[in-house]
Amino acid sequence: MSRFFIAFFCWLTFSAHASIDPALVKQLAAEESDDKIAAILKIAETAEPEALTILQSLADGTLIAPDGSEIMLNNRIRGVLANAIAGLRLFDGDAKVRRAAAQELQTNVSLEMAPLLGKAIAQEGNDKIKALLVAAYAQANLSSPDVAQRLAAVQVLGEYASRNTRSLLLPLAKEEGEADAAVRAAAIQSLKVVESRLAVGETLGRVFSGLSLGSILLLAALGLAITYGVMGVINMAHGELLMVGAYATYLVQSLFRSHFPAWIDAYVLAALPVAFFAAAAVGIVLERTVIRRLYGRPLETLLATWGLSLILIQAARVLFGAQNVELANPEWMSGGVELMAGLVLPWNRIAIIGFSLFVLLLVWLLMNKTRLGMFVRAVTQNRPMAGCVGVHTAKIDTLAFGLGAGIAGLGGVALSQIANVGPDMGQGYIVDSFMVVVLGGVGQLAGAVWAALGLGVFTKFLEGWAGAVIAKIVVLVFIIIFIQKRPQGLFALKGRFVES
Amino acid sequence: MQRRNFVKATAVTVALAAAGFLSAPVLAADTIKVGILHSLSGTMAISETALKETALMTIAEINAKGGVLGKQLEPVVVDPASNWPLFAEKARQLLTQDKVAVTFGCWTSVSRKSVNPVFKELNGLLFYPVQYEGEELEKNVFYTGAAPNQQAIPAVEYLMSKDGGSAKRFVLLGTDYVYPRTTNKILRAFLKSKGVADADIMEDYTPFGHSDYQTIIAKIKKFASEGKKTAVVSTINGDSNVPFYKELGNAGLKATDVPVVAFSVGEEELRGVDTKPLQGHLAAWNYFQSIKNPTNDAFIKMYKDWAVKQKLPNAATVVTNDPMEATYVGIHMWAQAVEKAKSTDTDKVIAAMAGQKFKAPSGFEIKMDEKNHHLHKPVFIGEVKADGQFNVVWKTKGPVRAQPWSPFIEGNDKKKDVPEGK
Repeated sequence: MSRFFIAFFCWLTFSAHASIDPALVKQLAAEESDDKIAAILKIAETAEPEALTILQSLADGTLIAPDGSEIMLNNRIRGVLANAIAGLRLFDGDAKVRRAAAQELQTNVSLEMAPLLGKAIAQEGNDKIKALLVAAYAQANLSSPDVAQRLAAVQVLGEYASRNTRSLLLPLAKEEGEADAAVRAAAIQSLKVVESRLAVGETLGRVFSGLSLGSILLLAALGLAITYGVMGVINMAHGELLMVGAYATYLVQSLFRSHFPAWIDAYVLAALPVAFFAAAAVGIVLERTVIRRLYGRPLETLLATWGLSLILIQAARVLFGAQNVELANPEWMSGGVELMAGLVLPWNRIAIIGFSLFVLLLVWLLMNKTRLGMFVRAVTQNRPMAGCVGVHTAKIDTLAFGLGAGIAGLGGVALSQIANVGPDMGQGYIVDSFMVVVLGGVGQLAGAVWAALGLGVFTKFLEGWAGAVIAKIVVLVFIIIFIQKRPQGLFALKGRFVES
Repeated sequence: MQRRNFVKATAVTVALAAAGFLSAPVLAADTIKVGILHSLSGTMAISETALKETALMTIAEINAKGGVLGKQLEPVVVDPASNWPLFAEKARQLLTQDKVAVTFGCWTSVSRKSVNPVFKELNGLLFYPVQYEGEELEKNVFYTGAAPNQQAIPAVEYLMSKDGGSAKRFVLLGTDYVYPRTTNKILRAFLKSKGVADADIMEDYTPFGHSDYQTIIAKIKKFASEGKKTAVVSTINGDSNVPFYKELGNAGLKATDVPVVAFSVGEEELRGVDTKPLQGHLAAWNYFQSIKNPTNDAFIKMYKDWAVKQKLPNAATVVTNDPMEATYVGIHMWAQAVEKAKSTDTDKVIAAMAGQKFKAPSGFEIKMDEKNHHLHKPVFIGEVKADGQFNVVWKTKGPVRAQPWSPFIEGNDKKKDVPEGK
């Protein structure tokens, strides 16, 4: 790397055409941030092709100071540098590059950039990029000494509702920030427009995060809705079945890392069947060995499954260690999409909402459209009668429990993408899962869905208003009161079979 | 012949033991027992497991050089499982059953607060290796991490400086327990003294192990759009940091717009996170792995070799961090003090600790204060790099003396700088 600099440096020194002063390049390695920034701005001003090369290598950390040490950057310098590079890229031949550059210039634009932006606007043929540039130009002109320019800038910014514009306009709406009354009035007007648009984005964002939390609750609780809701087994080891699914995901990731590194982004998909069958297998073993002997004795089931959960936690500790294991989001689940001003939806959360809908559909089809589902419903509604007409009730119990466990395993895959995966991760979800099932009404899948989404949105609105700690308390208090008033939950089963 | 001797010896031993001549302390005289009290499971395991390994490594290093007072050190490791009352129980077990001469342990302040009465009652000795909120000075505890003036205050001063982005508004974000609450109380008072209005400070807390940071990030975004440059001061502890930083990256909140400075996030915590979107976010510590000096090179190499030898998970990518360095320094200083006192007696060791010096991996010879049981430490502020290491962007000229009683809390000026009963 250092060779690059020296070679470059020599070339600059000896080339007759070089228009960038070598002393300027040297100044990039100066001790003080102010000197570095001055050098960056001056190099950018030359608008020579090599200016971009130099600045880009400085940003990448490949530019080495003459004494061989790395050139230190901090956030302030990095911000200036990013804008300087973007400024140079505005004249690139490729529209994509120009667009990215224009997007970069939406924050921290200084007045010095205004002439450059004006030039870029005049040249730009693409309307979308032009719109971005106009916004950037207006931002730069906000601190212009010319009142007319400021006024125009403020009016333009009213049409671009981003958090940043709000931040820029706020000081201009106050007397100490803006001397001219006309500009101030325009700023207040623009601010109103911006704020109303932001408020819409904010509310939508809150609903989205509520839906996202709700879908996670749903994935965690759906398996329980079958084992507890439909079969009546109080399974305290349900959280650990989530953990089994999450660890299965981890194992699949490790397998992909060592054997198929090219396909690493697909590991989550490959983990789905693995997690389902791993958790289902654990569930079936639990049912065959312990739980089936305790049907109809809820208190004993509760204690036995509590013990099982501790055994599973310790087993995970022995097998994988007590520390959390690392799961990386695949590339397509990282980052987010900006739908509108101030509303960024992360891909991993969008994926999980979609996934929970998919699992829900699967469960619904299974329960309502297949023979197995019909048997499960029959056994739930009237066990002796189902047995009389030839349903093998013991086998159905095992299969249904395995199904519930497998769905918990799928929930584990989803959780592994947003939360920490460790031996006791399941403990945090068991209370929430029971809450969802009890609130929705025992014996009802639809109830679980509404309860999960409702609780999710309710919690998020509360969190926004009172903070995470208080929200947790309020939700629990709400559930207790609700259960007191309506023990059968939101949706109660109707008919003769309820009391059994 | 040998067999007969063995039988005889056994018979004599049994007889003596029966007669009560051979009690436990005599047996233990060949070694000096050292307690290690770190959570190896639960929410804090992400941070504390590495400290246990560092302590074992340092003990092995001292033993290889002949031990202390000619005796080998014998580590006694217990797991308090991120369960605060269990910390007190385990501490009592270490002091009464295992009769350890000294204990190295605790990370969260709540765990330290829960063991303090035990060490006081049984006159034990605790070395606490993590930065904390101050407001405490126990005779039986040596604090080898930073006090607020050695970490929190310089970090906020940096954020307010031109290079730090001239922040005017602050989000104080933390896990809900004593350390973040107290630190934020001190910071609020400090910010006020610098002319920051209450409206420009937002405080928010999450429970331990919280994993859904969507609301918090949305709140930060909104707060940051209210006219002035905003910075976030994070005292989130434990594995909640992983979902927090993941959400931060996914939501596109860049360090050039809203920098986050963390007090409990080091190289170890970032191992589980994709650090590319986090470039430029900050951490304030008294040591970074990226600091270049021969002592640090040797320290890093020693730990990497140890990780390979012990077959630690992901041994190839282990990192060192500030509390690990503080553990390392603490154990060495204790060994020096025992040599000086020629005894492991708690009171004699406490007296001998005053003014102990040690050449630390941070590149400075650091000193245990003669009076206040805290180390004089240098302060570094680092920016996260794409590879999960830190790039030092600011540092003090030399070690700073600790102020456990922050001058920004009312009434502290009357408190003594020496522990009670010393």
